[in-house]
Parts: sequence; C-alpha cells; structure tokens
Amino acid sequence: MKAEKKKKVVKTIRIDVDKCNGCRACELICSAFHAVPKYSSNNPERARIRVVHDPFRDIYVPVYAGEYTAAECAGRDKYTIDGKEYDECAFCRSSCPSRDLFKEPDSGLPLKCDMCESDPPLAEPMCVQWCLADALIYEERQEEIEEVEAPEEIEIGLEAMAHKYGWQKLIDTAARMLRKD
Amino acid sequence: MRYAETGFNLEVDLTRGNIERVETDPTLTELHLGGLGTNAKILWDRVPPEVGPFSPENLLIFGTGLLVGTPAIGCNRTIVSAFSPQTLLMAYSMMGGFWAPELKHAGYDKVIVRGKSPDLVYLSIHDDKVEIRDASHLRGKGSVETAELIRKELCDPRVQVASIGMAGENRVYFASIEQGKSSASRGGIGAVMGDKGLKAIAVRGTRDVHIAHPAEFMQLCNEVLDYIKIRRENPIPGVMPILAGLGSPQEMAVHDEKWHTENFSWGNSRVRRKDFWTEDVEKQWKKTLEGMRTRLISCHNCPMKCAATISVPGLPTYMMKCFSKLTYTMASMSDLEFGLTIAQKATEYGVDAFSAPQVMAFAVELYEAGILTENDMPGIPPDSEKRFLWLLDRIVRREGIGDVLANGTYWAATQIGKGAEEYAHNNIKKHEQLPLKLGMLNPIYFLMYSTGEKINITQIEGNFPQAPFATRDEREAFVKDWIQVPDERFKQYFLDWELRGERSIPNYPPAAATCEIVDWQEQMHYIDDATGMCAGLSSFPLKPPYHLHNLPTLISSATGMALDEDGLKRIAKRNRNLVRAVNIRRGMRREDEKPPEDHWKKRFPELEAALLDEYYKFKGWNRQGIPTRESLHDLGLGYVSDDFLKRGITTDDEASSSQATSAQPGQRESGGGEQ
Repeated sequence: MKAEKKKKVVKTIRIDVDKCNGCRACELICSAFHAVPKYSSNNPERARIRVVHDPFRDIYVPVYAGEYTAAECAGRDKYTIDGKEYDECAFCRSSCPSRDLFKEPDSGLPLKCDMCESDPPLAEPMCVQWCLADALIYEERQEEIEEVEAPEEIEIGLEAMAHKYGWQKLIDTAARMLRKD
Repeated sequence: MRYAETGFNLEVDLTRGNIERVETDPTLTELHLGGLGTNAKILWDRVPPEVGPFSPENLLIFGTGLLVGTPAIGCNRTIVSAFSPQTLLMAYSMMGGFWAPELKHAGYDKVIVRGKSPDLVYLSIHDDKVEIRDASHLRGKGSVETAELIRKELCDPRVQVASIGMAGENRVYFASIEQGKSSASRGGIGAVMGDKGLKAIAVRGTRDVHIAHPAEFMQLCNEVLDYIKIRRENPIPGVMPILAGLGSPQEMAVHDEKWHTENFSWGNSRVRRKDFWTEDVEKQWKKTLEGMRTRLISCHNCPMKCAATISVPGLPTYMMKCFSKLTYTMASMSDLEFGLTIAQKATEYGVDAFSAPQVMAFAVELYEAGILTENDMPGIPPDSEKRFLWLLDRIVRREGIGDVLANGTYWAATQIGKGAEEYAHNNIKKHEQLPLKLGMLNPIYFLMYSTGEKINITQIEGNFPQAPFATRDEREAFVKDWIQVPDERFKQYFLDWELRGERSIPNYPPAAATCEIVDWQEQMHYIDDATGMCAGLSSFPLKPPYHLHNLPTLISSATGMALDEDGLKRIAKRNRNLVRAVNIRRGMRREDEKPPEDHWKKRFPELEAALLDEYYKFKGWNRQGIPTRESLHDLGLGYVSDDFLKRGITTDDEASSSQATSAQPGQRESGGGEQ
C-alpha cells in the first residue's frame, strides 16, 4: 500500500459546551435522520451524538460518535475546567466496552457519526441544523493528509485472520488446502 | 402498528402492588388525541364523582401528549390529572421537561396509578422492567434530592424522575410534582401522589417512536424551526419584552422587571408599588440574578430557554422557570435575593409557586390583623423574610398553624373563621390566582377567568393580544403577517379595538366577538394539552409557529389518522366539553364561575351576566354552564348526557336543570365503592 500527500476536506463539528441548553434535539434528529426509511422513527439510544449531562453540576457536553474500540482505555482521569469536574469519558468519542453510548441497541454494533452523508448532500449535519443554541457549529477545513489507499475486501479479511492465528499458521493452512485441491 | 403514540398504558395498583401493561383503544386517539383528552376520558369512565381526592379510588394519571417523543419541536409535556384536594374538581396540571419523552421511549403513553401503598414507594420503569421499589430511605427528602438519589441508586444518569417533596408526603393541598426544571404544580396533585404513598416515578426508555408519514411530517418540523428563527430575529414591536418573543415569558433571561413589580400586587395580592423599579433596585436585582443563574436551559427538543439553573451560595443547585422568579419576592415584600433563596427550599419541599407564597402572605396578614395571634403562631419571627421561612417549614410539615395553612387560603379561612374569609380574596374555585389587581373590567379576561377549567389565567390566555395597541398604524402593522388567526374577522376585532372611547373595554370587543376570541384561545390550549405541545410555542405567545392551520397536518402526518382543521376543532371541543362534564358531575356550576371580586375595581354585574349567558350559549351549554344534551350528542358524548340525566344533573326539560352545590370537604377521604 503506497501513501501519498493529498488535499482533503475534513468535516468537523465545533462544540461550544457553554452554549448548550441541554434540549437534546441533536440526539433526537440524528436518530430520526438515520432511521430507515429516513425520519420514520427516532430513538436517542440510536443517536450518533449524545449530550453527556449533569444539570446540577452544570455539565453539558455534546459528543458525536467516533471510532469503535475493542478495549477500554486507561482513561479514568478527571479534568477540572472552570471549577467543574469532568470525567475523561465525557469528551471521548469512542464506542467503547466500558460505556453504553454509541451502540445500536438491538445489535450492540458500534455507531459512528457520518456527518449525515446523503445524496444530495446536506448543507450541514442535522444535529447542527437543529441546534438553535449554536452549541454545534459545522466546520470544513482543508487538510493535507497522507491518503492511504483503501485496502481490498480480501485484504481486510486476511489481515483479520492473520491477527487471530498468525501469518505462519495462515500460510501453512493455505498451503495444506491447496495441496488437497 | 401505532404511530406517534405507543398504544400502551401502564396500570399500577399500589394497594395490591399490581402492574399491568394494557393496550389502548385506537378509536380513543381519533376521538380525543391523547394527553389531557384521554386523561379526562379515563377519569370520566373510571372515577365516579363520589370519590374523594384522597380515596384509593382517585386515579393519578401521568399522560404524555400524543406527539411527545416525535421530532415535533417543543412537544414534551406530561399532563397530570387527578381530583384535586383543593378545588375538589379535576386538577389540570402539566409539566414540560424530559419525563414524557422518556416514558414514550419506554413504550407507554400513560402511567395510571390507583390505590394506596401501605409504605412509601417509588416506581421504576425501564422499558419492560417495571418495579415498585421501597422509598422509606427517601422519606422527608427534597424533590430534587430524591431524583438525584434515585439516579444514583439505579446507576443511570439518564433516568428521568418525577418526585414529590415533604409537602406532597404530608398532603399539602398545593403540593407539586417536581421534575428537574419543570413541575406539575397546580391543583395539589403532589398531595394525591403523597396520599398514594408514591414518592417518585423514575423512567428510562430505549425504544423507537414511529412516524406515519415521515417526509410530510419533517417538512413541517423544519418549517416550524425556520419560523422560530424568524420570530427570534423579529420580536413583536409595541408590546413589553416578555410578550414580544416566543416561549413562556423569558423571566430567567430578563432583568427589567418594571412591569411585573409595578403592575402586579405585592403581599397578599394587595399593594401596588408604582414607583418601585428604581435604578438602584435594577442594579441590585441584576447583580443577584447574574450571580446565581448558572445557565439558561430548555425542555426536551426545544430551542427556547425558559428555565435556568440557580445556585444560591451555600445551598444546593435547583432549577427555576417563569414567574416563580417573583412570586416569593413580591408576596414577602422582599427582594430578588430572598425570592431565589426561599424558592430553593420551596422547590425541594415541592410546593406550587403561585399558591405557596400567597398562603404565607395571607397568614402574615391575618397575624397583623390580629385574627391569628401569638397563640396560633408561637415564636413567629418579627421580620418578613424569617416569617416566610418559618411558615414554609411549618406548612410542609403540617405543624401547628401549618396544618391549617397547608389546606390553602380558602379552606384555611373557613377553618380559622373570625372574618378570615375576607383575606382569602384572590381565589377562583378555591384556588389561589396570580396576584394581579386591575382597574377596568376586560370582557375577554372576564370570560377566561370565569370559565377556564385550568383555573389559572396564564394557561388560558394566548394568541390574541392582551391589550389594544395605541394607534391604528401599529394595529395594521400587527395584523399584516398575522397568519395564525382562525378567520380574517379576528383581525378586524383587533383593528377596531382601542385604548379609549367607544371601542374600548369593557364594551369592546362586543359579546359575540369576545366569545369567539376566548373560544379560539381556549381551543389552542386544548389542542396543545392533547398533543403535549408546549403552550410557549403554540397557544400562549403572539404569532407562534404552531397554529390551527398547520397543526392538523402535523398530527395527521405523525399519526396517520385523517385530520383537517374542522376535525381538529371538533376534537378540541369534545375534550373541552368532557373536562367540563367531569367537573359538572362533581358539582361545579355557574355560581362558581367568577373572578375574584376585587380583580377589577370597575365591575359591571349586568354586562358580566350577559357575557356569561352569551358565552354559555356559544359553547352549547345551558344557563348553569352545563353542556346541553344536543351539544353532547353532536360531539359523540351521548353517554355523558345520559349520565347527567340519570343523576338528575339535567332533566328532560333542559331549562330546569338542578342547582347542585360544589363538592364538600367531607368527601375528601371517601371512596365511591366498598373500600
């Protein structure tokens, strides 16, 4: 796999926790947008954005879902910001075994924000459009990144098997099976 | 498949500890929508009028509005219904917040509580898992404190909790049910909850809510969102700031309280302080609010920030909204700092912020008049603020004089006697009202005050301006984009309405127009209370995003039921008549339908009688305010009419209806059956 420098548009959501009014419209509209058929149902449990909130400590952190991680991290730290204590997890976007956010409730499969990708494309993700408090601001920035060519499907499969059994066993098995043929 | 609603209610019998999930009849949705409408239907069907509010047979119904849990913006209300210990009529109480959408996602439209638990319990609902759990460790705990303890106990910060404080546990007649930033306060339903031994209902839901016609529905939602943005950029000129925008009056955001502090009455709704709002006061109050207000916050799926988190130094944080900001301050003749401080206690105790301050001001007035003495109130402190704190502590515990005052001004006055009745002067149907005393009778408000089943003006008034605009030009500018009116003629009523002269109050609007205006405003509220829409985006403010012309499509696209404007008006009318019927069956009659005597200085008995006659006729009610057989049959409420006849409430000859008196306090504990 060869890597080369490429210009790419990176879509992000800038989050202003001070502006969040805690209404959770973002959760609702996210889950409605991703329903099949579109908007036919809604359920914050299926949302790819959740507001981590603790009203009596004035904590409101909208977090949108990022990568899946197979194992929880060591992050159990506390952050004090403006006199308010936050769990490290409050800012984390991972779908992770140690918390119940960002998992499809029926299948348990991880959820990830796709910036409401659709055809035709939306001007802004739905959560941003529905946040009249302007706590969520959509931003695009140009970034020069190393574009890695997408691996083929078979490569992904092989890599997973190698991860599980080791390359040697994989090669031996393949050789044995070839001989049988 | 049911759309928007779940199609299931949770029936909880606290006497037997029985819980059932019961499928509801979809035809009831077509007839009543949901929320208030179906709550009233259940009360009519299942609670006979002989049942007292503290009978195990009184039902306590937590009903979500039909569209709650859908993306309909601002649709998040829980309508709580039961028979009120204070008015002895149907308590018409509601709350916003997050509880109702959570219940929908748990898979239920209503929680219907009957019976009485021998021990204090709370109900925990997590989708299909519903438990009655011990709450003995929560006895005496504050409402907010209780919610936090339950969330910890259930290890889930997303649990939504509706709870009572000490006032509810001790059956204070104006006890509220609190839910974070919202509360169902009016009518003393917190006392009914306490009487049932139910400390809280905790809900967590993880299910889908479905929409029948998503594309059509979402287009409307997006239009509503756009209109909210337009209204935000374009406040209505010529009215005071709290009426210029959407939402409930933005009390938590505004600092300028000149209008409230100089036009509303202080103390026991007695004194107007016309030069109160000085620069010094403004500076001081601004400093107070900015020092204690942590954040402006919203209910579920609503961009309006009607509430705030308040942190009084040294006290636990609580949440506040709307006019409760000033009720304690003004009743105690104190300042905002004291108001926000005592409100923290009052919220934890769980009392209605309209009634509670007035009850305390009433007690202070009786004490100063010598009707209540040192013997009745041993150790009452000399200064006003300390007196209020002293009284509040005794009321919620029903200690000493607190046991009498806990019944509200009307019942307390009858118990105290010695002329105390004169001091319980600001009630309608035994229920404390907004402390407002004005000069000239306003025919629109006269009818709303008299006939509103909510017994609470702020939840009856709405889309028609409260007062005429000074010039014709201003009026013309106002009606230009007034798309919400049911008919063009409403614009004319407003254009012709003047501050002075022939076309001013009390004689203008004329009776016929007044009836139509009142009916429109009421209709909007009845629609909202069935769908669970917040009045703040619909029936309450001027030029709201929801109105008669887009609500039918919103409801039909969400639910899949066919509905047009006439159909929706008919449902609103049916619900309105059913609520009235419930109260008529409990004894409410024309003689109960009047504003406080001193509400206006200038009264016109003949005009008022004529207005009431005209309005009753307009509504299809007889001279006693009882819906006639014909109008009931028209609405498919023939069974109500049959019941009226059977009970002798009406006779075959409509004109000679009986004159029942209001239900009596002796009935408070009684049950209709053998229990």
